[in-house]
Amino acid sequence: MSIWEYANPVKFMQTSGWLLPWVFGATVLTLVPGLVWGFFFTPLAEEFGATVKVIYVHVPAATLAINIWVMMLVTSLIWLIRRHHVSALAAKAAAPIGMVMTLIALITGALWGQPMWGTWWEWDPRLTSFLILFLFYLGYMALWEAIENPDTAADLTGVLCLVGSVFAVLSRYAAIFWNQGLHQGSTLSLDSEEHISDVYWQPLVLSIVGFGLLFVTLLLLRTRTEIRSRRLKALEQRERMA
Amino acid sequence: MTLLSVETLTVSRGGLAVLEGVGFSLEAGRALVLRGPNGIGKTTLLRTLAGLQPPLAGTISMPPEAMAYAAHADGLKATLSVRENLAFWAAIYETDTVEAALDQMNLRALEHRAAMSLSAGQKRRLGLARLLVTGRPVWVLDEPTVSLDAASVALFAAAVRAHLASGGAALMATHIDLGLEEAEILDLAPFKARPPEEGGHRGAFDHDFDGAFL
Amino acid sequence: MIALLTRDLRLAIRAGGGFGLGLAFFLIVVTLVPFGVGPQGDILARIASGILWLGALLACLLSLDRIFALDYEDGSLDLLATAPIPLEAVVTVKALAHWITTGLPLVLAAPLFAVLLHLPGPAYLWLEVSLLLGTPALSVLGTFGAALTVGLKRGGLLLSLLVLPLYVPTLIFGAELVRRGAEGMAIEVPLTMLAGITAATIALVPFASAAAIRVNLR
Repeated sequence: MSIWEYANPVKFMQTSGWLLPWVFGATVLTLVPGLVWGFFFTPLAEEFGATVKVIYVHVPAATLAINIWVMMLVTSLIWLIRRHHVSALAAKAAAPIGMVMTLIALITGALWGQPMWGTWWEWDPRLTSFLILFLFYLGYMALWEAIENPDTAADLTGVLCLVGSVFAVLSRYAAIFWNQGLHQGSTLSLDSEEHISDVYWQPLVLSIVGFGLLFVTLLLLRTRTEIRSRRLKALEQRERMA
Repeated sequence: MTLLSVETLTVSRGGLAVLEGVGFSLEAGRALVLRGPNGIGKTTLLRTLAGLQPPLAGTISMPPEAMAYAAHADGLKATLSVRENLAFWAAIYETDTVEAALDQMNLRALEHRAAMSLSAGQKRRLGLARLLVTGRPVWVLDEPTVSLDAASVALFAAAVRAHLASGGAALMATHIDLGLEEAEILDLAPFKARPPEEGGHRGAFDHDFDGAFL
Repeated sequence: MIALLTRDLRLAIRAGGGFGLGLAFFLIVVTLVPFGVGPQGDILARIASGILWLGALLACLLSLDRIFALDYEDGSLDLLATAPIPLEAVVTVKALAHWITTGLPLVLAAPLFAVLLHLPGPAYLWLEVSLLLGTPALSVLGTFGAALTVGLKRGGLLLSLLVLPLYVPTLIFGAELVRRGAEGMAIEVPLTMLAGITAATIALVPFASAAAIRVNLR
């Protein structure tokens, strides 16, 4: 029994079909309490006001935005090296989710930044990096859409993801050099001196787990759809050949 | 001497197997003509042999740097002259046979004309002259006689014959009888790929999905 | 390889506009900017480095889709892929030819255009250095984008979407180098970063471009 068995589309369909309700249940059980707790049962910080509540969406979305790209990088590599179709389709399925998460992070960031810094947008390194990441997601998805042959599309987007990852990291450091920003450092440091107080921290962790599970749910769902559409394409192609 | 041998080769177009179990070998001094209806996969087979696409299965053995490939398109640059076009490929293949090729394909008179001012048949002749300057023993030709008139076909057949006589070999997909007595004919129809239900190549999305889809 | 380079340069010259078009575009960008931001010399001087870099970048982008498209259409890309030179070398030579026909003229003409934008005196040296170091990376990355989109009918817009984000680090360090040069600040960091990015790009990206071409020819 090896992990690569799940690279077989049929096996993946069976397993993911069985898994999906459970993951969905877990999502509801973490995301709803996390958000409700965060929004309604945390004290108002006097210097931040109610706007601070947006962190329960902003931070998880931002965390996911980056990690989804990393996940796409890994699955693209698996496709390029081992030629497992499910891996390529998972990368394809993840991209729109990552794009939306990046967008949510940017929008909630603007909503939070306006009362905090007095501006909707600032060319701060962190904000700038997210904007660039958003562009990378757009380019990646556009390339998938543009290419007819699914295997060619998987190969080319895989190569783009590889090169894009390197340049996304480079852009991040270039942006830091370019403009030392006003965005606060990471809120989730393990160092208890630095991280925000437990009252806010606990619901935040729950929200992050909830968002992570939401991503897994959506990813499984979308990958299943992609596999079905690939299967349809293969059937159509056979039909035309016969 | 065997210049090219192919065993149980399966080639694919757009991810689907089109030909399977193709096998043949090509000796020095021999020509092999591929026959088969349109869409059977002649071009796909030739592109696979040329190394432009990977085979799904099977082996291709050939000495290194032995093959010269000529596709449907001649790869001519319209703004370069006939001589410049040939000289470029001669430089790429590091040979100096431009003069001989010009003479052999009867292009001497057109030498300084820009390729864009040539007729379709003249372009094709220039494309075939490119093969001569490669100096490679195995020619892999896709429809080499398209848009050639009778005289040019004879010219081409003579060039192939001279190539074979000098120890070369040629593999071509063509419908025209070149009058080459050295040529064998390989009909590709029996190698048409079977659907997966009948034991043909099974792609990742050809498995039985019914159970998983319910 | 030299044969391929001379062929590409010869084609660029004979096709007409190979050298001139990018430059003309650059000039238009530089002309339009003052119309947009107003004729005040001090404002123009402040943004000159950015405008010049942006103009160079867009002028370079303009000619990218032709790098492989013509060779793909007339079949020579197939023939080059089966020729005895490795595809990585073909891709590198193509990038070099693109740089000579678009990047180099921009580097040479940039000081003239800088005059129009009131670029401060000390910045001229750094403008030249930054363009000379940065534009090769633009050509190599552009070749990568062109390789990804070579099989597509209307790849032009997609090409820009794919390539422009890759230009961000080069643009940041290139323009920063000129800006710091103009203000007499320390230039070591952007200088080394710009050179480093270009060197790494030239060394590594051709492998990705060649892989993309192989996939597209399949």
